[in-house]
Amino acid sequence: MTDTREVREHFPADGATPVVEMTGISILFPGVKALDDVSFRLFPGEVHSLMGENGAGKSTLIKALTGVYPIDSGTIVVDGQPVSFTGPAAAQAAGISTVYQEVNLLPNLSVAENILLGREPRRFGGIDGRAMRRRAAELLEGLNLDIDPGSLLGSHSLAIQQLVAIARAINVDSKVLILDEPTSSLDADEVAELFRVIRSLRDSGVAILFVSHFLDQIYEITNRLTVLRNGRLVGEYLTTELLRIDLVQKMIGKELTTLDEIGERAHADAVTADRPADYARAEGLGRKGAIEPFDLVIGEGEVIGLAGLLGSGRTELARILGGIDRADSGQLDIAGARTRLRSPRQAISRRIAYSSENRRSEGIIDDLTVRENIVLALQADRGWFRPIPKKRREELAQSYIQTLNIRPANPDALVRNLSGGNQQKVLLARWLAIAPRLLILDEPTRGIDIGAKAEIQKLVYTLAENGMSVVFISAELEEVLRLSHRVVVLRDRRLVADLENDGLTVDALLALIADGSVDDEAPLAPLGESS
Amino acid sequence: MTSTLDRPSSSASIEPPKPLPPRSPIGRVRDIFTSPRSGPVLVTALLFVAVFLIGGARYRGFFSGQVFLNLFVDNSYLIVLAVGMTFVILTGGIDLSVGAVVAVSTMIAASLLQSGWSPGVVIPLILVLTSFLGLLVGLMIHVFKVQPFIATLAAMFLARGLCYVISKDSISINEPTFVALAVTRIPLGGGLSITPSVVIALVVVVIAVWVLGFTRFGRTVYALGGSEQSGILMGLPVARTKVIVYVVSGFCSGLAGVLFSLYTLSGYPLTAVGTELDAIAAVVIGGTLLAGGYGFVLGSVLGVLVLGVIQTIITFEGTLSSWWTRIFIGGLLLVFIILQKVLTARRR
Repeated sequence: MTDTREVREHFPADGATPVVEMTGISILFPGVKALDDVSFRLFPGEVHSLMGENGAGKSTLIKALTGVYPIDSGTIVVDGQPVSFTGPAAAQAAGISTVYQEVNLLPNLSVAENILLGREPRRFGGIDGRAMRRRAAELLEGLNLDIDPGSLLGSHSLAIQQLVAIARAINVDSKVLILDEPTSSLDADEVAELFRVIRSLRDSGVAILFVSHFLDQIYEITNRLTVLRNGRLVGEYLTTELLRIDLVQKMIGKELTTLDEIGERAHADAVTADRPADYARAEGLGRKGAIEPFDLVIGEGEVIGLAGLLGSGRTELARILGGIDRADSGQLDIAGARTRLRSPRQAISRRIAYSSENRRSEGIIDDLTVRENIVLALQADRGWFRPIPKKRREELAQSYIQTLNIRPANPDALVRNLSGGNQQKVLLARWLAIAPRLLILDEPTRGIDIGAKAEIQKLVYTLAENGMSVVFISAELEEVLRLSHRVVVLRDRRLVADLENDGLTVDALLALIADGSVDDEAPLAPLGESS
Repeated sequence: MTSTLDRPSSSASIEPPKPLPPRSPIGRVRDIFTSPRSGPVLVTALLFVAVFLIGGARYRGFFSGQVFLNLFVDNSYLIVLAVGMTFVILTGGIDLSVGAVVAVSTMIAASLLQSGWSPGVVIPLILVLTSFLGLLVGLMIHVFKVQPFIATLAAMFLARGLCYVISKDSISINEPTFVALAVTRIPLGGGLSITPSVVIALVVVVIAVWVLGFTRFGRTVYALGGSEQSGILMGLPVARTKVIVYVVSGFCSGLAGVLFSLYTLSGYPLTAVGTELDAIAAVVIGGTLLAGGYGFVLGSVLGVLVLGVIQTIITFEGTLSSWWTRIFIGGLLLVFIILQKVLTARRR
């Protein structure tokens, strides 16, 4: 299926020594084991990718290698020497350079300074500006980049800033170049440009760690893959020997515990019931750089499951529907009326609720009580000058604590002291309190225990039976299949399939997620972006 | 599915990013004025020229070289203060203590000179003490992550309080060397002259321009204001730089205090109240972004000159109370802060 010859040439011969060897790395965060006994190696002259979903530990591993996080156990050997980096500067000195996802440069300084600051040529105790610009110009020329080194970095596009960051990284004699999501804001031409640079660096013997959510890009540029899941190592593979579908499966994993409580009722309903009345209808809705224009119809009482990898656009789609991000193209009809959602507030007034995947930073408020968290959205919707009567607040809190089985059943408990599952339930209660017609749940079951998971699933099912439309996002495909009437598959920021959940299997979904298209004749979208 | 690996490499067909089309002269001028780096400074420069021309047109005798030079003579201490403040604001910080430090410096100078110390000892002592206070403030900000506003507010109260510990009353300075230094005029020919203080202030300005523009420390100051996180990831000495800018500001405050005591030949606990705000105003009017990262020392000097020329006009007007200076400065600040907001908003 795949031609392996080209890769073989670049793959280290047997007996080659890795330039980086990390063994048995564990990192503990308060309450979480972010990395658990993970090993990782990187050979000179290869492009290696770290793969994994949210919370898999990719960034943590990178930050361990670059000295941002101290490791709790394990060893890091660079070039045969055991190392223990005290910070990014120390890692850089050892030849490990990093280009981060968000361009971490200084928009207020010149391009030349951004490339050379910290190692600038000096003269008379000061910086030799002319020599610095000359050196920068040489490096930029090496990347085929024709920009004025004296210009402000902030005046250039993100793509150019990204390449400037790489110019900075290769100025030091890097043995290892780490590119963390370098393509997330680039278009196809820019990605091709970047890949040209990556290939020439690889051929000169640099070991490149390339992290991206775009499978096409991974298969185009990398030689080897290391897959992580939930902070653990799944395995290390040759890219050419791992089928996409197997890769996706290894990344997502299989949910072993089955939750029988809901059974098969959900999709049985979907097949027999007539098509419900439309509640929301999106035509060509999209947002540049977030998700390509998509069409989507959500019926009343329908549960739409969104399936796709992290970065596939599943969250971006949900955020547009929830009014969090503004669409820049297309139309949205809610209950038959044309609507432009400009803010979450407007969405709420139309009874659309979006519950974020970032429970802690965009959801619950740690220092408020359960009751305060529950009435928050309702109060905001009423306006702050019409306080909800105390008695009503008590009732609301009590009833949701009972219905959702929130533990501890104390409305005055601080939410920070609740478990993840109970925090999620509080968040759900907040949105249910505004009596939404469309509820968008972004990974509501991530990181919570199995019991709470079952309860939330059951709740979603009941809500839909009572006529509420639900958009449900989860990385666990079994869960998506169990709950949804229809499944929408996203890949590389594009809606690639919209299917009735009628005999769909996890394997079929995996195939769609991995390849995006069931049509063999369709040309593979180059580099995961349409041009 | 076909392999994506054996597709011909597409890099050959990719052209390097096209250089921007050459801009028309008007477009280029507009670029300069709307750049957050140079825009506000240019606006300030034009403003200064305009106000100076208005003064020249309205009042007889305004258009003289000495009136211009007196802007420096009367504001040399403020120039030095604004230079120190520029370092701090460029990092995105603020230093509220400078006015009180000026006051305590005049008190130390006056009381020690009165008890017979030599200026050769007193002046270095003041500079060391105020730099040390700056160091403490910087460490408080860096080590304990105290907001600069709070840390320097504490330093301000401390310094102001120390003034009263030294003396509740004004102390005059009669020390001969000091007085001689204060009354010396350096002739520039054509009947024009400046004071030694002006020379000191200009030397400070020149050094600051060099340090900020051409040393790693200076560029790290800008880096801190651009993005502290990026600076750390780029391996720049962020922590050290953050502390040192407050030492620089402390040193400049001490030096400004010495210049101020030369100007007034006395120490007085209530002196220079609110001067920190004049310094901040000068820096902001001079085009330094309060959020840090953009600005020039020479802009701050221009800012001081703008404040000075407004004051001069009000003096020439004769009928207006000196508080009108404040009203004008207030209005100007408002305009400049809005200008900054507009310029930075355009970039996001």
